[in-house]
Amino acid sequence: MSDDKKQTGAVHLTTDNFKDTLDNKEGLPVFVDFFAEWCGPCKMAAPVVDKLADEYQGKMIITKLDVDENNQTAAEHGVMSIPTVIIFKNGEEVDRAIGFPGEDAFRKMIDKNL
Amino acid sequence: MAQAQVIIIGSGPAGYTAGIYAARASLKPVLFAGEKPGGQLMNTTLVENWPGTEAGVMGPELMMEMRNQAVKFGTEIIDKKVTKVDFSGELKKVWVGDELHEAKTVIIATGAAGIMSGVPGEKKFFGRGVATCAVCDAPFYKDKVAMVIGGGDAAVEDTMALTKFASKVYLVHRRDKLRASKVMADRVMNAPKAEILWNTELKQVLGDKLVEKVELYNNKTKQTKEIETKGVFLAIGHKPVTEIFKDQLDLDKKGFIKTKLTYPGATTTSVEGVFAAGDVVDHRYKQAVTSAGMGCQAALDAEKYLENNERKE
Repeated sequence: MSDDKKQTGAVHLTTDNFKDTLDNKEGLPVFVDFFAEWCGPCKMAAPVVDKLADEYQGKMIITKLDVDENNQTAAEHGVMSIPTVIIFKNGEEVDRAIGFPGEDAFRKMIDKNL
Repeated sequence: MAQAQVIIIGSGPAGYTAGIYAARASLKPVLFAGEKPGGQLMNTTLVENWPGTEAGVMGPELMMEMRNQAVKFGTEIIDKKVTKVDFSGELKKVWVGDELHEAKTVIIATGAAGIMSGVPGEKKFFGRGVATCAVCDAPFYKDKVAMVIGGGDAAVEDTMALTKFASKVYLVHRRDKLRASKVMADRVMNAPKAEILWNTELKQVLGDKLVEKVELYNNKTKQTKEIETKGVFLAIGHKPVTEIFKDQLDLDKKGFIKTKLTYPGATTTSVEGVFAAGDVVDHRYKQAVTSAGMGCQAALDAEKYLENNERKE
């Protein structure tokens, strides 16, 4: 199933691969959308995040993390509200947005941190 | 430059219902849904008072259904925010950034947005314990103490949502009586984990990286005290989203759009051909079903207006 197709949507992170993704070899910044299945605003953000993941492929790793399944990781980063998006560079937090601010705001946030 | 018969601004029950009716009248409406489509119901869970759904319906699902229904009949939905309007001419002008759209009629259904308290610490801890969507964030407060500020139905719903997870939930209300409906008020008064702090106002949110405690002021005893809590949920009310209309339409003192309210053309604003519906007008009922009803009225009023104008031409 892993032919060289274009990436479709954001990568799902778990507590297991979280650190490795943040420390990726290419040194790319990482966008993490902390979400849950039962959250309305997260549902509206999801297709936008997927679209941006395809668009920024190779420039930023755009991911999502289900806080229900990975509550420890969410807690470690002080995520108490969802959706929360954090951008990491070299493993360090460089930007954060709380709530779904809309596609344009996500885009600006990504461009600023490339 | 795009020209439409009807432009609808807003994507809550009023906006989508206006879309459904205008589309079914073959008016090919264009609906600007904003960047956060779906309105206030996106921040709710089970809606139990939407007629025709005996078991209740999840707020976000209801809004997705309304949206799909509007699209099904031919509403064009654009998920962008209107930034400027000019209603002075025969053709109404609506801008999204630099992009100009024109229409013979406009229906405003921009709704209302949550008010922040403005107390020290609120901004600093937003998303780190201070929040506005309890049903989104309640599970983060499992076995912890949380707090809701407000006294209306939304505040009670937030309190009830938090009691499912939190060890204790304070409901902080500045009066000695809740504004919430009787059924909701009874629910919170009987909830074992909930405690109502009457005549109490939030003064400050304190903590290090996350919220640790709040400073509260009792306006009867005039005493200030600190209470430990991990969460502070704001449900103190809403204000109408009318910033871009204030130089274009008559608004009341609180910023709500004034409409005629009498027949015919009850949803007509101070400008002919511009109509308004839902929470942007209504400071009394503010229900999903009343908003939807007004959205329907606005679409029918716009249709009638277009018919009358054609006859004149």
